[in-house]
Amino acid sequence: MEVRVQDIRKDFGRFPALDKVSLDIRSGELIALLGPSGSGKTTLLRLIAGLESPTDGTIFFGDDDASKKTVQERNIGFVFQHYALFRHMTVIDNVAFGLKVRPSSRRPAAADIRKRAEDLIDLVQLGGLEKRYPAQLSGGQRQRVALARAMAVEPNVLLLDEPFGALDAQVRKELRRWLREIHDRTGHTTVFVTHDQDEALELADRVVVMSKGRIEQVGTPDEIYDTPNSPFVFGFIGQSNTLPVRVENGQLWLEDRSIGVSAPGERQGPAELYFRPHDIDLLDGCGGCLAGVVTLSRRVAGTRHVELDIAGSTRRIEIELPSDVAATPGTRIAFRPNRWRLFRS
Amino acid sequence: MTISLPQRWQFRQPSVIPGFGLALGVTLSWLILVILIPLSGLAWRSSTLGWSTFWTLATDQRTLNALKISFGTAFLAALANVVFGVLLAWVLVRYRFFGRRVIDAMVDLPFALPTAVAGIALTTLYAPNGWIGSLLTPLGLKVAFTPLGIVFALIFVGLPFVVRTVQPIMEEIDREVEEAAATLGATRFQTVSRVLLPGLAPAVLTGFALAFARGVGEYGSVIFIAGNLPYVSEIAPLLIVIRLEEFNYPAATAIAAVMLIISFVMLLVINSIQAWSRRRYGYGA
Amino acid sequence: MAHDAVAPASSGTSEMVRSATSESRLARYGLIALSLAFVGLFLVLPLAIVFTEALRKGPGAFFEAIADPETWAAIRLTLLVAAIAVPLNLVFGIAAAWAIAKFEFKGKAFLTTLIDLPFSVSPVISGLVFVLLFGSHSLLGPWLSSHGIKVLFAVPGIVLATVFVTFPFVARELIPLMQEQGTSDEEAALSLGASGWQTFWYVTLPNIKWGLLYGVLLCNARAMGEFGAVSVVSGHIRGMTNTMPLQVEILYNEYNFIGAFAVATLLALLALVTLVIKSLLEFKFSAQIAAARKH
Repeated sequence: MEVRVQDIRKDFGRFPALDKVSLDIRSGELIALLGPSGSGKTTLLRLIAGLESPTDGTIFFGDDDASKKTVQERNIGFVFQHYALFRHMTVIDNVAFGLKVRPSSRRPAAADIRKRAEDLIDLVQLGGLEKRYPAQLSGGQRQRVALARAMAVEPNVLLLDEPFGALDAQVRKELRRWLREIHDRTGHTTVFVTHDQDEALELADRVVVMSKGRIEQVGTPDEIYDTPNSPFVFGFIGQSNTLPVRVENGQLWLEDRSIGVSAPGERQGPAELYFRPHDIDLLDGCGGCLAGVVTLSRRVAGTRHVELDIAGSTRRIEIELPSDVAATPGTRIAFRPNRWRLFRS
Repeated sequence: MTISLPQRWQFRQPSVIPGFGLALGVTLSWLILVILIPLSGLAWRSSTLGWSTFWTLATDQRTLNALKISFGTAFLAALANVVFGVLLAWVLVRYRFFGRRVIDAMVDLPFALPTAVAGIALTTLYAPNGWIGSLLTPLGLKVAFTPLGIVFALIFVGLPFVVRTVQPIMEEIDREVEEAAATLGATRFQTVSRVLLPGLAPAVLTGFALAFARGVGEYGSVIFIAGNLPYVSEIAPLLIVIRLEEFNYPAATAIAAVMLIISFVMLLVINSIQAWSRRRYGYGA
Repeated sequence: MAHDAVAPASSGTSEMVRSATSESRLARYGLIALSLAFVGLFLVLPLAIVFTEALRKGPGAFFEAIADPETWAAIRLTLLVAAIAVPLNLVFGIAAAWAIAKFEFKGKAFLTTLIDLPFSVSPVISGLVFVLLFGSHSLLGPWLSSHGIKVLFAVPGIVLATVFVTFPFVARELIPLMQEQGTSDEEAALSLGASGWQTFWYVTLPNIKWGLLYGVLLCNARAMGEFGAVSVVSGHIRGMTNTMPLQVEILYNEYNFIGAFAVATLLALLALVTLVIKSLLEFKFSAQIAAARKH
């Protein structure tokens, strides 16, 4: 189901956790809320669920105004960070709980509840563990029970709060791929919160980058990585370098030297240059370039990460070079960014 | 290369902390002197009675009635304490209201107030002309000098056991669990009755056992309010005292032995349930 | 929200959310009212009636009752018994907690169970075991009386019964506290060259002092208030072997209600002081434990 968040504001005491946030979530899409802690991503998820109510603004499920409904009436599926399984119930009782507590008019027959719970347990690949208690399961298995339990109620939207946060790296990677498969098979509209950019970029159809209670950018993983539209997104996603430059006559200048990059149509004056370590061309000579002395050189898998002291700036710059480039400390290197953006404060 | 040494039996794991011998020595001597020798004296005394004498004494009608009354009233009082203890713990943990801290402190009153004082205070309250008794008498309810009075005294005595066992477990309930139930569509009542309270069951059981065990042996707060009518409202500890005053040591010993055996068996059963719960659900109390 | 007298524990959320993890306002008020009624009926009223009954005939009669020489003798005996029993169990409690909390050894769980044993024994039986041990029909009885040693119906018996009943109190408080604190502080002190006693005195004791005080307090309250066990071994000799709780019983059974409640008032005051100090300690104590958990 389509979910529309409209001008949502949420204050905790005097502090605004969310400020005028609007977001359209398309039916059937898998969308990630990505941001550092305190960015408001979990608050937004809990507002959609109805676990919090907004100070201002509305949330629509389809054409229904969901903000007038309680959490019980919204029919959502929520997977908690620490799973929040009912520890005195077996796996199958946990999964069936949402159906069993329905008022008798809407409750399926006991046999149907059982059938549906068993199907879901098979879907999350836990067949055979129906009679186990949560304490007898591994972290990854508990996570799957939590997901099956949330899906059992045929939710309008599936909400996951840091779904892999409490798992170790290996299990995390497996479950990530598996969640994508489940989503493709079931087609639930799914929103998940994460602070791990790899997770968001790898898993989601679209990524919502949040910071300080605002949405910074919404886009596909490619859009977010390749064309970040704010210094924050540039800095938060992937690696990036910044240099204070000046725009003069369509050229970029660092101190008194042109760096050989033309910026037609940019306004005159000081600006901040952003570029990624791998978006550079190495130069032999320097007819307008960035030049620096290597201070540190590390081999990382197939590339070489090199830290430079740039002439004309006190900032350290990191670039990525092919591994066969000899870049011992003390070597002079000249380069030019080939993909970059300017931001003005 | 590693060489695996055969695991030698060790009484204790090595430690740099000094004083183990002294501390354990003091502990064991004191334990043996003050607790174990006197208790084994009781065991020895009852074994010298001989089985048939013991059986005759233990199955004497007055003894049986006294045991029935002690265990029965303690059971009812512990049940009442489960209801009110869980309620009190819930209110103290979940709500903030004026006077909460005072009430929290008051819960320990039965631990601190000497039982004889509690006994005469409750008797005065519930006597037919007392503050509460005078309100109940017109309704045909008689509390003081009846078995009901015993139950009331034991509710007083056992209350803190339930509250203080359940309260810390309740404080640790993960709020996410309640939210999970709500997102699955459970009403508040369903969340409390099907998710929260069953999760508290091991703690409640422990509290019940403690209150029950205390109630069975309770003497001071009961004898004033009980009326102490043989066969009707005479508790087992009082019958022990009566037999002692008659210098009927065998009878006193037999009653005491029966009480101890039943109490220990109960504690054993409850400990096993706890251990089973821990193994199965990963938690106990 | 600040004006709401019965806010749920996690205040700061708005009304609709509260329905997700709290009850309706009506249910909250109802549950609170029910608890208050229960506490009032079962805890506050019994305490209140002790004082009103004692002062029924005015302060004059109250003080007259307290000034009775037999009552004074009972007060003196109670203080004496507590002054012997509490330090004994204090030393035992520290030793037991040291052995159990700081070391791993075979049979530890069993030892802990044995220490708790007196909690599950009826006070009357606690007295009875000493009657069986020292009474005239016992093995030791004839030998004791031929040597002129009086245990039963005398102070030694009362002390023994009190020690038995209050045996676990200090150890029970200290064991979990010392287990939680672990052994790293002691190991650090030893590595710096402190002796065993210095380590205990300068490192362990400061860490457990509030817990220790707490245990001593509960131990003392029980020691002064014990009724059943002491009643069995004391012989109820007026002015000689009557502790305060026994004096309460005797006066009450003689229908001297003012006298009984006057002595009861003293014991109730002791209970109230215990509760107040206990609450204060719990306040401090929990802060101490929270601080210990941080590093």
